Amino acid sequence: MEQPLEALAGVSVAAPRRVPISWAWLGVVPFFAFALLFLLLPTAYLVIGAFQDADGHWTLANLADLWEPNIVSAYWISLEVSAASALGGATLGFMLAWAVVLGGLPRWLRPALMTFSGVASNFAGIPLAFAFLATLGRAGLVTTLLQSVFGFNLYRAGFNILSFWGLTLTYLYFQIPLMVLILTPALDGLKREWREAATILGAGPWGYWRQIVIPIIWPSLLGTTLLLFANAFGAVATAYGLTGSTLNLVTILLYAQVRGDVLHNPHLGYALALGMVVITAVSNAAYIILRTRSERWLR
Amino acid sequence: MAFLAIENLRKSFGEHQVVQRFDLSVERGEFISFLGPSGCGKTTTLRMIAGFETATAGTVHIDGRDVTHLQPNQRNVGMVFQSYALFPNMTAAQNVAFGLKVARKSADDIKARVADMLRLVKLPQLADRYPYQMSGGQQQRIALARALATSPQLLLLDEPLSALDAKVRVALREELKGLQRDLGITTIYVTHDQEEALSMSDRVVVMSDGRIEQLGTPFDIYNQPRTRFVASFVGTLNIVKAQVIDAGQGAIRIEGQDVKAARQLSEKNGETCSIALRPEAVSLQDPGNGCNRVKGTIEEVSFLGAIVRIKVGLGDTRIMLDRFNNPGSPPPVRGEAVTLHFAPEDVLPLEPAPPL
Amino acid sequence: MKRNRLGPWLALALGAAYFLVPLIATLEFSLRIRRGTYSLDAYANVLSDPSFQQTFLFSTVAAVATIVAGTVLVVPTAYWIRLRLPRMRPYVEFITLLPLVIPAIVLVFGYLKLYNSSSILPMTGAAWTTNILLVCGYVTLALPYMYRAVDTGLRAIDVRSLTEAAECLGAGRVTIMTQVIFPNVRVAVMSGAFLTFAIVIGEFTFASLLDRPAFGPYLQLVGANRAYEPSALAIIAFVVTWACMGLIQVFARDPRSASLPTP
Repeated sequence: MEQPLEALAGVSVAAPRRVPISWAWLGVVPFFAFALLFLLLPTAYLVIGAFQDADGHWTLANLADLWEPNIVSAYWISLEVSAASALGGATLGFMLAWAVVLGGLPRWLRPALMTFSGVASNFAGIPLAFAFLATLGRAGLVTTLLQSVFGFNLYRAGFNILSFWGLTLTYLYFQIPLMVLILTPALDGLKREWREAATILGAGPWGYWRQIVIPIIWPSLLGTTLLLFANAFGAVATAYGLTGSTLNLVTILLYAQVRGDVLHNPHLGYALALGMVVITAVSNAAYIILRTRSERWLR
Repeated sequence: MAFLAIENLRKSFGEHQVVQRFDLSVERGEFISFLGPSGCGKTTTLRMIAGFETATAGTVHIDGRDVTHLQPNQRNVGMVFQSYALFPNMTAAQNVAFGLKVARKSADDIKARVADMLRLVKLPQLADRYPYQMSGGQQQRIALARALATSPQLLLLDEPLSALDAKVRVALREELKGLQRDLGITTIYVTHDQEEALSMSDRVVVMSDGRIEQLGTPFDIYNQPRTRFVASFVGTLNIVKAQVIDAGQGAIRIEGQDVKAARQLSEKNGETCSIALRPEAVSLQDPGNGCNRVKGTIEEVSFLGAIVRIKVGLGDTRIMLDRFNNPGSPPPVRGEAVTLHFAPEDVLPLEPAPPL
Repeated sequence: MKRNRLGPWLALALGAAYFLVPLIATLEFSLRIRRGTYSLDAYANVLSDPSFQQTFLFSTVAAVATIVAGTVLVVPTAYWIRLRLPRMRPYVEFITLLPLVIPAIVLVFGYLKLYNSSSILPMTGAAWTTNILLVCGYVTLALPYMYRAVDTGLRAIDVRSLTEAAECLGAGRVTIMTQVIFPNVRVAVMSGAFLTFAIVIGEFTFASLLDRPAFGPYLQLVGANRAYEPSALAIIAFVVTWACMGLIQVFARDPRSASLPTP
């Protein structure tokens, strides 16, 4: 409940009645100063720089230069990997969350799954790349097992961990847990009484799903999928550790650009960063809108 | 043949018997309440009638049909939940229409029926509102409309008023009763509030620990409680310890003063027994001959508006009495010495308390 | 109502397989260094490598610095917002969500451009200033989680009522902060701290581009040059992450604590 600022000012102890408000503002100055220095200004610098050329004049040339085939392909591959891992992570994560919340499984499985998801969602980065190399690399455990037990040569069949699909598969390792973590509380919101009310009014399981469950949770599902998309789009370390510079992702390209100006045009680098921020910002904004919408219904 | 016949219904969760040997016959159009404290099995029994719990033993027949093993969506029973359970993604009208849509009624029929139902619960203006835009009382009335829309043969209500404010509760209670009488629908109402049960029901089933303690009209249950539990759960009651002087004559002694009961006592002479006395049966006025008289001192006077509740102490015993507020005569004062009068017929012996 | 349990069990089984097999494979691989037999030689090599010890120590110190700096920044701010400036809440919350929107690589790019030797605030010149920049970057990365943890903790203890009760009883502002607020949010801060630790230890982007000897770049280097040691490192990293999360759960079970923020 919002209270008038004057009433709150009465809570302060020693401040004179005349200037209670400026006391309170002082309290958040460090936070905003920090945010300005290390969050807002750096981003703003890049965003503005994207619209400038080497002499400091305003220009849209950098944005136009983004349409170079190398860069377009980088964006395209990043979008594909992010979309694939987001959709895969959303689908599989949803099934897992559903199984554990509403599937009638033993009660202890849920906290176990949540803890593991917490760990796995943070296990992104170089170690994850190593883990998948050890599993599905040329000398990996699964690869050799498939060869020795089933006589099936994975790599001869065309699979390669150092590829688009290999990276997507690796990304799923932190995408699925993220979906589970976010969706489980949302599924909790599905009250048991709704299912019972629907049943006693004559609906079967499919009717309940179609008319009540899906309309209620699709905002959460879609929103979290978008969150997963943004999450994958901005990932660097896992890709670097797995495919190195062989897979041309936007993040890898930007990494190389920051390291050594491979684009031979610093402002183009800014434009590249701007493109990334726009994509992740739009996805996250959509996620927040959808989340507020679903929370309103489930109040 | 009763409309709703429940025979030998039992429910156990593992070793724990939640409902023990429940038998009940309900006539068409009757309003029956299951009354009892939390954990007495009333909700479990209701859910077995609805089909959400499978009975461990026993049968349920509705209108001659054995529904014991049918799914809830096959029983044509309506249910109102304590938490309303309105579908949050649908408007009030869509909620009410849900059961009709499932039954594949025509769009015109549905529209007409929904309008009828909303008018019945006096909320036609809320047709396009979502649950989160409605108050608790409004949500519960829409839930009722939804349950009645499919013309169920039986209406089940699981503590529907517990989540509501006191004033809303009383208003809705009367509406519910009026609706039920007009529609003539057989109704089972689960509650822990004895005032609700007594005021609405044709008959009350008082339950405790999975068992039926007493079944009867509100008048019978209140005035002739058969067990100590029923006597203490339904209405306020004075439970007084007394010494048996003559069991056959019903003569007892309370705190050294002689009292006569109109009934025989099961205890032997010289033993201690317990008797129950309703507050409204005790009076400070002397009604004439034939009544018991005991002397005591006023300890507490509570002015409750229409009723004045007076607590009188005699020795170690406390007896509460109620009397109507009289603007002409102010309530008595603390410390006043008074005489309590009550008829021998109002002295209700209770069976001995079960050992702890 | 009986329900078919096959679907859920199947989903769970497939999920377990997908998540456990890579761990098993990595463990198995890390034990294979000595030809023909299983041994812990890879772990021995790793743990005795001075680079490992130095970089792990560097990252640990950085993590602790991040936790301290983050706590000092976040706790008073969250308290202030709750108590005195509820109108600023949406702005502060928006800011705490920005690090989740702006990718780390964009941030560090901005840092390098803004704080290099030719700017007003040159931080990349010397090692110690770059380290400060690194910690500031880490605090930014951890900000969403720390803020959410502390804010939830404050909400759970109803800060306003506690402060008012303490004032009625005669306590001054400092007493309230130290004896009433901090002890009650200590648990929430701890859970945020462990999450921060897990994030910082394995962090690669910032450390690599700011050229600091942290654990993340070390991992990448080993991966490029060795065959079996990377797997051992991956297992070690996993165990460390697991320990952090496990410790969070230990604190979360404390009835005084707040609920976990979702990443």
